[in-house]
Amino acid sequence: MTTLAVPTRSPRRRIRISRVLLSIVAIVVALVWVFPVYWMVSSSLLPNVVLTSTKPRFFPFGGSLDNYEGVMSSGFLRALGISLQVTLIAVVCAIIFAFLAALAISRFKFRGRRSFVLAILFIQMLPAEGLFIAQYKMVSTVGMLNTVIGISVLYIAAVIPFTIWMLRGFVAGIPAELEESAKVDGCSSVSAFFRITFPLLAPGLVASGVYAFLQAWNEFTIALVILPKEDMRTLPLWLRGFIQASQARETDWGQVMAASTLVAVPVIIFFLIVQGRLTSGLVAGAVKG
Amino acid sequence: MTSTDATTPKSDTTKGVKRKTHVTPYILILPASIMLLVAMGYPLGWQIWASFMKFGLRQQFGAPPDFVGLENYISVFTNKTTWGVVARSLIFCVANAALTLVVGIALALLMNAVSKAVRLILQICLLLAWAMPVVAVVTVWIWLFDWRRGVINYILTHLGLNFSSFNWLGTSMGLYFVATVIVVWMSVPFVAFSVFAGLTQVSEEVMEAASLDGASATRRFVSIIVPMIRPVLMIVGLLQIIWDLRVFTQIKMLQDAQMPLNSDLLGTYIYRLGVGSGDFAMASALSIFVLIITIIFSIAYVLQLIKEDS
Repeated sequence: MTTLAVPTRSPRRRIRISRVLLSIVAIVVALVWVFPVYWMVSSSLLPNVVLTSTKPRFFPFGGSLDNYEGVMSSGFLRALGISLQVTLIAVVCAIIFAFLAALAISRFKFRGRRSFVLAILFIQMLPAEGLFIAQYKMVSTVGMLNTVIGISVLYIAAVIPFTIWMLRGFVAGIPAELEESAKVDGCSSVSAFFRITFPLLAPGLVASGVYAFLQAWNEFTIALVILPKEDMRTLPLWLRGFIQASQARETDWGQVMAASTLVAVPVIIFFLIVQGRLTSGLVAGAVKG
Repeated sequence: MTSTDATTPKSDTTKGVKRKTHVTPYILILPASIMLLVAMGYPLGWQIWASFMKFGLRQQFGAPPDFVGLENYISVFTNKTTWGVVARSLIFCVANAALTLVVGIALALLMNAVSKAVRLILQICLLLAWAMPVVAVVTVWIWLFDWRRGVINYILTHLGLNFSSFNWLGTSMGLYFVATVIVVWMSVPFVAFSVFAGLTQVSEEVMEAASLDGASATRRFVSIIVPMIRPVLMIVGLLQIIWDLRVFTQIKMLQDAQMPLNSDLLGTYIYRLGVGSGDFAMASALSIFVLIITIIFSIAYVLQLIKEDS
């Protein structure tokens, strides 16, 4: 840590050695950190016979996709279907509603605006663990347990606050003058908005949409109480069930890891798309960029 | 709560913001507000109400619940089990948040100190860990810590420690240890990236000047870097504390894998009370407690975000 800022007058050799040492440390840390991800994929390619031998095989030589075939036939597609329905409904509704609200708070000043912003910021912080029993009670009272709509409504509400906050930043970043000048040139308000502002917002909508997707796709806590029925499981519940089911017999870790990989890969891809936006949204105001 | 400052035109510099109050903004926030009221407002209201009620045998036959005042709160918080759960949750939360911060800051400094290529490798590896969905994360770590075939026991045993067939999830301390590894592993990337972003703001001239004046590396860290990145540290610290209170998924799934007694933290305990034994009054009282703690910790964070809004 001595080379944080390289003092120009220190002896060069010392700096080079400590720099090499730090690079080695960094590479080791990187490998340690990525190892579980690697191990998941590697194990998913190996047959159970190899995985249960006393000596672990560190590279998946002689691997195959057999585990994936086994997993596919144990309800993956069904859970994928449920997850897709729930996530699609949640993302589309949340983005539309959040976008309208973001327009309101970034383009208008109105009585109650500040209270509304405060409310969504606090709601965004509320943990699922503090509300899920009451939500369970509510959904079961109206007879919507084990329904796609029942859980989608809860997901929409869960992702709306942060989505509003994220979109607000994007809307505020587009100067209203652009719209004004389009209107001067003869556009109506609505057509000025759709022709000028909306296209500029597209990246923001994509980023927020992916964020909402990740939240709904990965959600576990609410799904656990709202969707107890086995054929209504979303992917996270299905993956959990996989470990549980394997408990009665010898765990087929190859299949469990194949299942994990199937759940993780789309998430990793989408996450990499929005990562930058997400960080800056969470620590907004603290890092000036 | 209706704030007056939103209607008073205090700055004319924000061009394009329509100062005239009219009905459009209310229509725009209507759908989002309705969703939030239905899916969160109503349950919250019900929960507050239920926490003052008694649901007994009579209520199962349709009688309205009896109002019992603070009785639920008193019986929840005079209960030894509850205090055990609360104490364990808080210790777990603080320990995990602190550990995550320390490791995250260390990795951010490391990123700042190495060459671009090495930094990129480190960042890609951290991103992969960060991107993993939590259910998959816990599953993989259960496999890594598996008592018979897990690679961690294999490596430890080959390093000369006697860990063969060591059952990590057999005791609650072991379970918390594994949970801590999981939480730190998955939370560190966010801290490291945020702090690194803060570090890039620290001016190199200042650092150079300080080292020419003879300030040691430690001294430079304490007197220049820490004050410069304090806002980021505050925010990520608060977020970690808030997030580490909600470790339901990790604890629940580790408990699924194997169930040591008394390993509940707040989330799983509320789940057990509410869904397991149908004791909605107690579960509600405890949920309210969780919400209040969260809100207290959130105040500073929300104020920081609001500052950016105005």
